[in-house]
Amino acid sequence: MSVLRIDDLHTYFETRSGTVHAVDGIDLEVEPGEIVGLVGESGSGKSVTADSIMNLVEPPGHIPRGTVEYDGRDVLSLPESELADLWGGEISRIFQDPGEAFNPTQTVGRQLHDVLRSHRHGSVHPLKRALGLDHDAACREQVVEMLDAVDIPNPEERYSDYPHEFSGGMIQRAMIAMALLCDPALVLADEPTTGLDVSIERQILTLFKDLVEEMNTAVLWITHDLSVVAKLCDRVVVMYAGKVMEVGPTDAVLSSPKNPYTRALLQSIPRHDRPDEDLFVMEGDVPDPLNRPSGCRFADRCPEAHERCLDAHPPRYEAGEQESACYLVAEADE
Amino acid sequence: MTDRSTVRGRVSRRVRTDPVAGVGAFVVVAAVLLAGFSVVDEFLLDEFVVKSVLHSPYELAPDNRLASPSAAHPFGTDEQGRDILARVVYGTRTSIVIGTGAVAFATVTGVTLGVVTAYYGGLVDDIGMRAMDVLLAFPAILLAIALLASLGRGFTSIIVALGVAYVPSFARVTRSKALSVKSEEYVTAAELMGYPTRNVLVDEILPNCVTPIVVQATFSLAVAIIAEAGLSYLGLGVTPPTPTWGIMLSSAQEYITSAWWYSLFPGLAIVVTVLGFNLLGDNIRDALDPQGDGSERRL
Repeated sequence: MSVLRIDDLHTYFETRSGTVHAVDGIDLEVEPGEIVGLVGESGSGKSVTADSIMNLVEPPGHIPRGTVEYDGRDVLSLPESELADLWGGEISRIFQDPGEAFNPTQTVGRQLHDVLRSHRHGSVHPLKRALGLDHDAACREQVVEMLDAVDIPNPEERYSDYPHEFSGGMIQRAMIAMALLCDPALVLADEPTTGLDVSIERQILTLFKDLVEEMNTAVLWITHDLSVVAKLCDRVVVMYAGKVMEVGPTDAVLSSPKNPYTRALLQSIPRHDRPDEDLFVMEGDVPDPLNRPSGCRFADRCPEAHERCLDAHPPRYEAGEQESACYLVAEADE
Repeated sequence: MTDRSTVRGRVSRRVRTDPVAGVGAFVVVAAVLLAGFSVVDEFLLDEFVVKSVLHSPYELAPDNRLASPSAAHPFGTDEQGRDILARVVYGTRTSIVIGTGAVAFATVTGVTLGVVTAYYGGLVDDIGMRAMDVLLAFPAILLAIALLASLGRGFTSIIVALGVAYVPSFARVTRSKALSVKSEEYVTAAELMGYPTRNVLVDEILPNCVTPIVVQATFSLAVAIIAEAGLSYLGLGVTPPTPTWGIMLSSAQEYITSAWWYSLFPGLAIVVTVLGFNLLGDNIRDALDPQGDGSERRL
């Protein structure tokens, strides 16, 4: 059974100028221990999808249709109290800017310790905590082990350092440690390596991949960077303007994309081995979310668009191991 | 080696290395010790120490009124011949107890209100803040007078009256800071890690609001010490003949041209104490900021 199963999810935001269809009917599945990449341009609805999975959408946003099932439970109808148990314990999240995700007034070790402690022993009286009476030696030991597991040197000493005393790469490792601390079944990672330089990004991706494989954790890795997907993900989901355009095993999608949008994305990557070639630039912009075209979302930018594409957004057609929302795939079969 | 990861470690390091912080700490410690001494001396030792070193602060000497400073009376005497030094020393406890008491009351109540209203928002915020607006509609000193009139005289009444009058400023300062802290990603992150709400409020939001609260507290302490003087002057404060700097200062103004020592020394005591608390407050504020290395001073 899959860890996460999203069915026909719609997330809308009511604004003064109309309804923004941020996520417009997506289906997605993540199997246990699988790393799935969710790829798309800015504004394609990736982060809103992550928020919806954790039932974090707040007014003016709402979810008019669709289900999110985690481990067979419907996340969208869970009461607050059960959500709190789910968050951090079973689904955890890695943030885009880890420097902002740590409380600057508490040591990193302390924050990790508190997360683990509150999942084990529940809430603690603030006075007790202020006096250090909540300290749990077993939790501390496990935090140090986790810091060690994410390759933070001298974890015993770094435990009592403040977030600003960590470098960018180190604090991202600490963030990963925090996300994996309570042994969650699913980790949502929202472009966590965007702010890092390439060599550190590499190290962290390798480390992360090894860790989640070892712990058998499923991951939904949100990114706009296809090279990260190639390095990390088992499967990839390509999103565009609130819709899923293509799904399939990473190798297959990247080597023979079946959707014109995926092809355009791949072509947009600058190639150092062909320096004389002009950079490929996709014409146009992501359609205005207030005013989405009624046909295929990509039709007005698609080099292969034809009349049929303007009528309705295509359903997903199977194409070998992949699925692609494009009439061309259907026509190729006919 | 000092442990710079604890606040206590950083405060003590600063007190030792920074002369200004040292002066602040010294004044506060001295004031607290003097206040403690006067309580012990009066109620346990029956003024034994003060009598043997100086004079009793209550002892009237009609033939020695408004005597200028001398060896026998280093700060001179007042219009009833009482020793001013002894009365200044005994007056410390009134200022310290009422000042810190009122500020502690206002801080605890106001900060709690501020953090809770900011975090929950909506109706909670509306009710809490409109209640603060009602209190703010009255000048603080008038509010304190009205409360004192209904509570009756005495130390506790003054503390509560002044405390209530200062609650709104603490609530507002805390709320405005907490509103910006609430939208920081680490608060969202803590919530998403399944951290209980109570702990989010106290561990994530509160420590990041400390700077304006400490500034407000040191400032309010000075105002409270002076307000206590004002209330005593109006006959609503501490009952005479209990010595307080405020009563001394207000009775001294009649003699300000003829007996300078009478107004100077109680006034100086207020200035030095307030300054001491302000310097220490700055120091604590800097020490609570983990990003400072605990050595720089921002005045």
